[in-house]
Amino acid sequence: MGAGHHHQLYRAGDTLVHRLPPQCKLAAVAAFAMAVVATPREWFAAFGTYALLLAGVVLLARIPPGFVLRRMAIEIPFVVFALAIPFVGTGERVSPLGLSLSLPGLWAAWNILAKATLGVVASIVLAATTEPRLMLLGAQRLRLPPMLVQIAMFMLRYLDVIMDEMRRMRVARESRGFTARDVRHIPVIARSAGALFIRSYERGERVHLAMLSRGYTGSMPVIQDLTASARQWLLAGTLPGAALAVLLGTALFGTGGVGA
Amino acid sequence: MTASLEVSRLAYAYPDGTQALFGVDLRIERGERVALLGPNGAGKTTLVMHLNGILTAGHGTVSVAGLPVAKGSMQEIRRRVGLVFQDPDDQLFMPTVREDVAFGPANLGVRGEELQQRVKDALERVGMLEAIDRPPHHLSFGQRRRVAVATVLAMEPEILVLDEPSSNLDPASRRELAEILRSLDVTVLMVTHDLPYALELCERSLILSGGVIAADGPTREILSDAGLLAAHRLELPYGFTVGRGEET
Repeated sequence: MGAGHHHQLYRAGDTLVHRLPPQCKLAAVAAFAMAVVATPREWFAAFGTYALLLAGVVLLARIPPGFVLRRMAIEIPFVVFALAIPFVGTGERVSPLGLSLSLPGLWAAWNILAKATLGVVASIVLAATTEPRLMLLGAQRLRLPPMLVQIAMFMLRYLDVIMDEMRRMRVARESRGFTARDVRHIPVIARSAGALFIRSYERGERVHLAMLSRGYTGSMPVIQDLTASARQWLLAGTLPGAALAVLLGTALFGTGGVGA
Repeated sequence: MTASLEVSRLAYAYPDGTQALFGVDLRIERGERVALLGPNGAGKTTLVMHLNGILTAGHGTVSVAGLPVAKGSMQEIRRRVGLVFQDPDDQLFMPTVREDVAFGPANLGVRGEELQQRVKDALERVGMLEAIDRPPHHLSFGQRRRVAVATVLAMEPEILVLDEPSSNLDPASRRELAEILRSLDVTVLMVTHDLPYALELCERSLILSGGVIAADGPTREILSDAGLLAAHRLELPYGFTVGRGEET
């Protein structure tokens, strides 16, 4: 069977950060991201402090920086988009190194890059220190819509099963002399995808029957009670708390960077 | 004494009009192990779906340890009837073995320490306790089938209903499962084409054919009646013979 492809984001460990209940970590990352987004783009020092705070958490969780950097690749499409803005933007233009760049475009690019990077790193830290299954239990604890949480749970469980089914279908196609080489083969692939969808749908029905047979009445029963102590909430609150303090401090006592 | 399972004059037609069951009568006493044999399309799965109220009878009744299958009693019926599906990937839908085995009893309102104890006991009975924190998809097929049995044992059922328990198992897993089933102190109804498996585990067999019970008797007698088997598209594997009374 497949070896859990979806666990690549998790990095087992036993640090303070790993041990925090998932609902605390989820809430902390969400609050941190909100503080970051609420920060005006001109406040360079505030962004710098956020980055230092995150670096502190990475250190505390003993995640190697290389691990975080490699996973930041997911941000590349946004980076490309952000880098294009100064070229296509309108308004006042500056020309460093002979390039003609839009000044509002540069600000917009910086805004996207800084905030997205902080958000992505925070999510990477969350995913690296929280097993996917616990993450969903945490989401359940935070009273996220139960239907969405259940869908995500089943995705987690059946991803490998469906991947395996897909692989078997490919082997069956290739055993009969088919290999996808150019666009004319797309209809065949599309039909396979359709068949896979039907199979998965039928499996869904069988799983539902199995759930009903074991007394399922529409909501997931609480099996593992994840309680968080006040101390753990406080601990998890350190990151967003510090970010909020920086945000409010800068707002009250002057800007941390150049005014614009 | 009330029977573990009593089905009387059960008839059912699918919504498209296909009649699958034409009046099934059967009675299984507490502690019996019974095989339900029959060719493909005989209505075996349809019958099984009636036993825990997934399908509701068009006509006739099903009762489990005296309790009739009806809308109001569904939760208790599903506790009493432990259905083990053919494909363990359909049965094991939770992220870990522990959570999967806990799913049934948790739906019945069992919580905390008692829940954990039930999970451990059920896994112990199928010899899978060491896999408690593993994800089901990392287990072998035979192990997954054993965990599937544990998921219903944890509900402390009155009767265990197994759909093709030996399918896709290698010979060693097949034997291990037989040993486990024999060690359980529970009423068993086993739906199968695997006639030697029925002979090995069940003293009594039923043949479901054409939507009715066509034969009911000691497994050895049924399997030694070549004419009866042939009439219902059942066959012993090549080289396998069953003599009346004596060992094979």
